[in-house]
Amino acid sequence: MADVMTSAALQAGPRGRRPRRAFSTSNIVIYGILGLVSLYYLLPLWVMVMTSLKGMPEIRLGNIFAPPVEVTFEPWVKAWAEACTGLNCDGLSRGFWNSVQILIPSVLLSIAVASVNGYALVNWKFKGSEVFFTCLIFGAFIPYQVMLYPIVILLREMGLYGTLWGLVLVHTVFGMPILTLLFRNYFASLPEELFKAARVDGAGFWGIYFRVMLPMSLPIFVVAIILQVTGIWNDFLFGVVYTKPELYPMTVQLNNIVNSVQGVKEYNVNMAATLLTGLVPLVIYFASGKLFVRGIAAGAVKG
Amino acid sequence: MAAARRPNALLRNPAAKIAAIPMILAVLFVFVGGTIWTVVYSFTGSRLLPRTNWVGLDQYERLWGTSRWLVAIENLLIFGTLSLIFTIGIGFLLAVLMDQKIRFEDTFRTIMLYPFALSFVVTGLVWQWILNPQFGVQHIVRDLGWETFTFDPLNDPDIVLYGLLIAALWQGTGFVMCLMLAGLRGIDDEIWKAARVDGIPKWKTYLFIVVPMMRPVFITTLVIVASGIVRLYDLVVAQTSGGPGNASQVPAMYVYDYMFQAQNLGQGFAASTMMLLSVLIVLIPWAYLEFGGKKGRGRG
Repeated sequence: MADVMTSAALQAGPRGRRPRRAFSTSNIVIYGILGLVSLYYLLPLWVMVMTSLKGMPEIRLGNIFAPPVEVTFEPWVKAWAEACTGLNCDGLSRGFWNSVQILIPSVLLSIAVASVNGYALVNWKFKGSEVFFTCLIFGAFIPYQVMLYPIVILLREMGLYGTLWGLVLVHTVFGMPILTLLFRNYFASLPEELFKAARVDGAGFWGIYFRVMLPMSLPIFVVAIILQVTGIWNDFLFGVVYTKPELYPMTVQLNNIVNSVQGVKEYNVNMAATLLTGLVPLVIYFASGKLFVRGIAAGAVKG
Repeated sequence: MAAARRPNALLRNPAAKIAAIPMILAVLFVFVGGTIWTVVYSFTGSRLLPRTNWVGLDQYERLWGTSRWLVAIENLLIFGTLSLIFTIGIGFLLAVLMDQKIRFEDTFRTIMLYPFALSFVVTGLVWQWILNPQFGVQHIVRDLGWETFTFDPLNDPDIVLYGLLIAALWQGTGFVMCLMLAGLRGIDDEIWKAARVDGIPKWKTYLFIVVPMMRPVFITTLVIVASGIVRLYDLVVAQTSGGPGNASQVPAMYVYDYMFQAQNLGQGFAASTMMLLSVLIVLIPWAYLEFGGKKGRGRG
């Protein structure tokens, strides 16, 4: 059907027909499918929000897709401040603050380390630097489970096992492959003359990094921050393995609250808790727009 | 920084070497060292603490004789195959639809990608609720009139993997779609013009010209998705906890339970070594294809 082309359309439309009529069959099919698919993607978010705003009696009677007849914010309050994990009944707020305490140093440290590292790999190559980098990239694909226990030993030796700083260190190490790749590719894309000119002017390693490279690479830093904030916030495995129950990050605490076998299941509180945990990455995602896409694609373009 | 001009190769650019120390330490002690350590200790009878009482392949024999591990491997194979086919297939189809010069492309992309920003724990818990037999999809379809409709994947061992699959696809297809879309946009416009001049129908152009040209994108996606599948852990813990019974066990859960719950480190090490092996099966051919042919490109 697409083979009859006017020469005008040929020049203007590089790929695909230009949608000439708003209601052509192909348009209806395309928008129809995309619309249906969008419903599938949006459905869980809708269900989460609706369930979290209902009271338990209404949930028992009604339909999970239906909007609440009577809006209540009690489940949110309960999830935040009263939900129980084991003996503690101070809600998800504890996990939230733990996650914040883990998140901030982890993001800062991992980005600082990886950006300097990427810069060194591009502009200050030394013998063996590429070998280490290749190992690092392969490290990104190795199942974490293989390295779990050796890290337990390392952290124990350092006296950091079970502490927030231990977990920060783990996040820094596991953030390294993807972030180094991100920064390395970015710095490699900058014109080399810049670096050479700064060298000629007598600037050293740190001078060039702070005065030439850093000011030029703000967007890539934003991408890295988005990547790390969502990645670290969403971590579950490292949180379980390397911290103790009082220091569990929000994801772990959420799982413990919802999947606890004791007591009556309060689905509305569970969904409010789930939504609360998802809120940070969601806000980052909706606020960052295309930068998020750039972040996730950066790791994949040359994995 | 004055040392930058010194001729000795080892001492040249000391700042650059200092800057690379974290990477070197991470590679030596975690990525390479840690991996080798685990593989070596998988040949020991370590229980509560790592010990060097060598037992040869005993741990592996026991591992492959444990029904829970066999179930986990079988699940990984079934789930992995289905998940690979569907994420890449659906991701590509969505990317093609998004590439038709549509309006609201940003809106559609935002909708399809937001689950990827959420954690597997959140994903698992939401779908656990939606698939809840008493209140969720099954209940609603029954209310609509199909009184005998049954779809209860989270309590039915035979279909529990499909319950996980629905959730995993919801979370991951948007990401694959973005990768594929970037790949489609990377195809030279001239190709499309030439195909159109030759009167090749669009679907044929996609299938026989564009897809082969996007081979690197497909391979990279495959490696990323596959290594993610082997690691699969949080989603299962949150959505099914490995149940009903052992029906949705995965290798990563086996490893965690033996290492940190059952105090049988040797089993955990052996199981994680098998996980490593399964990733290497994907990774080595890929690395060979990607780096083997073109030496000296220094691509990451």
